[in-house]
Amino acid sequence: MVPTNYYVILSAILFGLGVFAFVFKRNIITIFMSIELMLNAVNLAFVAFSQALGKLDGQVFVLFVIVVAAAEAAVGLGIIILIARNRQTLNVERVDLLKL
Amino acid sequence: MTAPLIVFFVLAALAVIGAVSLILQKHPIHSALSLIVVMIALAGLYLLLGAEFVAAVQIIVYGGAIMVLFVFVIMLLNAGIEEHTSVSKMAGPPGLLLVVALAGLIAATIVRSTDSIQSTLQTGEMSSSLGVSKTLGISNMIFKDFVYPFELTSFLILVAVLGATVLAQREKG
Repeated sequence: MVPTNYYVILSAILFGLGVFAFVFKRNIITIFMSIELMLNAVNLAFVAFSQALGKLDGQVFVLFVIVVAAAEAAVGLGIIILIARNRQTLNVERVDLLKL
Repeated sequence: MTAPLIVFFVLAALAVIGAVSLILQKHPIHSALSLIVVMIALAGLYLLLGAEFVAAVQIIVYGGAIMVLFVFVIMLLNAGIEEHTSVSKMAGPPGLLLVVALAGLIAATIVRSTDSIQSTLQTGEMSSSLGVSKTLGISNMIFKDFVYPFELTSFLILVAVLGATVLAQREKG
């Protein structure tokens, strides 16, 4: 039996790596992928606690998170296609229309 | 060291290596493939946790549908190697330090709170011991306790499909 704490620590590590990728990467698609990584890290914590508490609520939440992630991916990638078409770049530093 | 612990460490190492590779790779398609490794490793961890249905959904929806969408967009936009300015390169090391602090803070907080309720955690044994399948339990919860949120997600997906279609279509004229 693996202790729940191990899963929680792994989840925190993956979330941290996701945050780092989110702020460090410059390609808008990779930034979007790091959001998915963070969602996955949270899902792991949900399932770990669901198992530790002996209740299925956590697993049901994970299913909802996956549904929301799928919807978010569809809309987000649509926005990325729009940005790429209008600005001819995927680098977030070149998408600075709101910058003074 | 017991067998589940070994499996856990192998899968955890795979997930962390995949996540690090996502950061280190320069080309977005390589980052996408690294992310798939993370997803598969997490599916294995879900199996280890006894969440078979979530593991299957993870592979089908995340590893299959969402990542195919990403790879499609990368191909469609012909995304190249990402470029870093000197300022964004400089932000790396201090950013890494702050992120390590963040992950440590999250882990320490949650681990401490789980330790304090550990005594109650031990009593909670999975309902599968009663001979009821966990997938049956999940479907019972979704269609009974969580039926309104479940119905709302269908609206969410409808809105997302409409939004994606409107955003990605070419402007007329």
